[in-house]
Amino acid sequence: MFTRPFRPSKISLSFERLLFAKQPMTTRAPLMSKRPKRGVPEGLWQRCPGCGESIYWKEAEKLLNVCPKCEYHFYVSAQERIRHVLDEGTFEEWDTQLRTADPLEFVDASKSYKERMAIEQKKCGLTDAALTGGGMIRARRVAFGVTDSQFIMGSMGSVVGERLVRLIERATDESLALIIISGSGGGARMHEGILSLMQMAKVSAALARYDRAGGLFISVLTNPTMGGVAASFASLGDLVYAEPKALVGFAGPRTIKATIRLELPKGFQTSEFLLEHGFVDRIVSRSRLKSEIARAIDYCGK
Amino acid sequence: MSAATAAPGLDFEHPILELEGRRRALEQIAERTPAQEEDLRQLKRELAETTRRIYSTLTPWQTVQVARHKDRPYTSDYLSLVFEDFSELHGDRRFGDDRAMLAGFAKLDEHKVMVVGHQKGRTYKERQACYFGCAHPEGYRKAILKMKLAEKYGLPVICLIDTPGAYPGIGAEERGQSQAIAENMYEMSRLKTPIICIVIGEGGSGGALGIGVGDRVAVLQYSYYSVISPEGCAGILWKSAQHAERAATALKFTSADLLRLGVVDHIIEEPLGGAHRDPHQTASRVKQYLLRSLRELLNQSRETLPQTRYEKFRRMGVFLEDAAAAMAVGGGAGAGEGNGMNGDGRG
Repeated sequence: MFTRPFRPSKISLSFERLLFAKQPMTTRAPLMSKRPKRGVPEGLWQRCPGCGESIYWKEAEKLLNVCPKCEYHFYVSAQERIRHVLDEGTFEEWDTQLRTADPLEFVDASKSYKERMAIEQKKCGLTDAALTGGGMIRARRVAFGVTDSQFIMGSMGSVVGERLVRLIERATDESLALIIISGSGGGARMHEGILSLMQMAKVSAALARYDRAGGLFISVLTNPTMGGVAASFASLGDLVYAEPKALVGFAGPRTIKATIRLELPKGFQTSEFLLEHGFVDRIVSRSRLKSEIARAIDYCGK
Repeated sequence: MSAATAAPGLDFEHPILELEGRRRALEQIAERTPAQEEDLRQLKRELAETTRRIYSTLTPWQTVQVARHKDRPYTSDYLSLVFEDFSELHGDRRFGDDRAMLAGFAKLDEHKVMVVGHQKGRTYKERQACYFGCAHPEGYRKAILKMKLAEKYGLPVICLIDTPGAYPGIGAEERGQSQAIAENMYEMSRLKTPIICIVIGEGGSGGALGIGVGDRVAVLQYSYYSVISPEGCAGILWKSAQHAERAATALKFTSADLLRLGVVDHIIEEPLGGAHRDPHQTASRVKQYLLRSLRELLNQSRETLPQTRYEKFRRMGVFLEDAAAAMAVGGGAGAGEGNGMNGDGRG
């Protein structure tokens, strides 16, 4: 997979240092929060779901949570994404004051939306599924957004939509390049019903204005990006990059299987599938993401 | 995906159907005795009363059944009842012609317009041909292509929304269902021509919104417009589609909810007992709404339409902004841990 011996990047070298550094501007729970992360194995040795091999977790961690044997990309949190992509200490979070208002007073089989939000906030150390703000990539100032696929499946409700639109509007006003890394198995958030659906239109409309103003939007698809997130901002990049083997699509594989009653082809709805069908510009592994983004910004003169 | 399964005669309509049967029987008598005339008058009164009683207390789940009723007017019905001189335009010039999406020139009284709408099909054969109103990417691409044509020649666009959702299939994914829907919203938001959207039946998620970004968005009284089908939501949050009725209530997607949440501008009232009882009356109300909205929009400069349309969608969403409220509800920004949103979250 690697054509040259692996050298830990600057990002991973500075990782330990970051742990003890005073947190610049952001606001989050401790960097290595103690919460058990679904999708992230615990313990020293782990079986990789990609290749089934036992891998030494410390080694995967050094590779930004990527399997050293098969390049399987494990989950990373929104906070970790910021460290992977932005220059150290440059991230300044915007619109932190926005909170869900539970407009439907939604209650499902086991809990209310409010209870669920409280649990997710505690688990992820985030106030909602999207984190937005300004930062630098190799000394270029950018507008940066990321959704955390673990926060109610990375789904988009009113707060996520509003944060993204404010991010896009600010990028338009300040002529900043825009990077949004999406991870969302949930798409539009059911708990806010039709208002979540409308966020798709709202964010897409903001991107259309940003486009008209000449902005450069780089959309990065990560595992998984589905439903209303895939069918709005994630698909609207001037450039669309995807992490290897991510699940990306509109309808969930189970829904499709239930509808057509056929086995789905191997590799269906993966990044590679999208590349083959012409919907992704490049598949970019996590370790190269920052430099690929910097390169694109260079080419597009932003 | 079960749009086709609406059985003839909805459960809750049985008292109405029974009275309607008796009325028909009486009406078929060529020469009625005075006693029979009196019976008929009485029966009609009773029928109206029963219908009013049942329809004034429809649950959200019953509303879904009405929205999916097999006799509910479809886009093709409105094309003949509301418009004149419909001239269909096929194809997306990229892949094919999706039968689940109709488009073409039409006249609305003196106005020349472009009509775009989902089509469900009436017979089983028609339904199969258009996948029960579930469009593929080529359907969305056809829709936006014809809308851009309309923009170029100054024709207003009218979108009739009636779909259980965009088609979930292998081909649809291969051809970029997500990208097609996203691009439609993106392009519709900046189209320099008036756009009026009406949800005439099912407003199924992204598949509906793919032709749903307009200067005016209205909904027929017993339509619904939702982020996910009640069955789908129940399957995920209640672990079984059996709970669709509860999900339908929780999702708050009836016309009154949509108006209250600021998602639609107007509810078009349906005739007593729903659009399927009187398609002509329904069509006439739809036409009135279209003409009124069109007159308003034609007074506005085409150049400013995208701006006001943007502002309209920009306002959608409900959240708390106040920093102090946010501290109390979601935990302070510095704490990073929600303290259990116990406060009253309504803003």
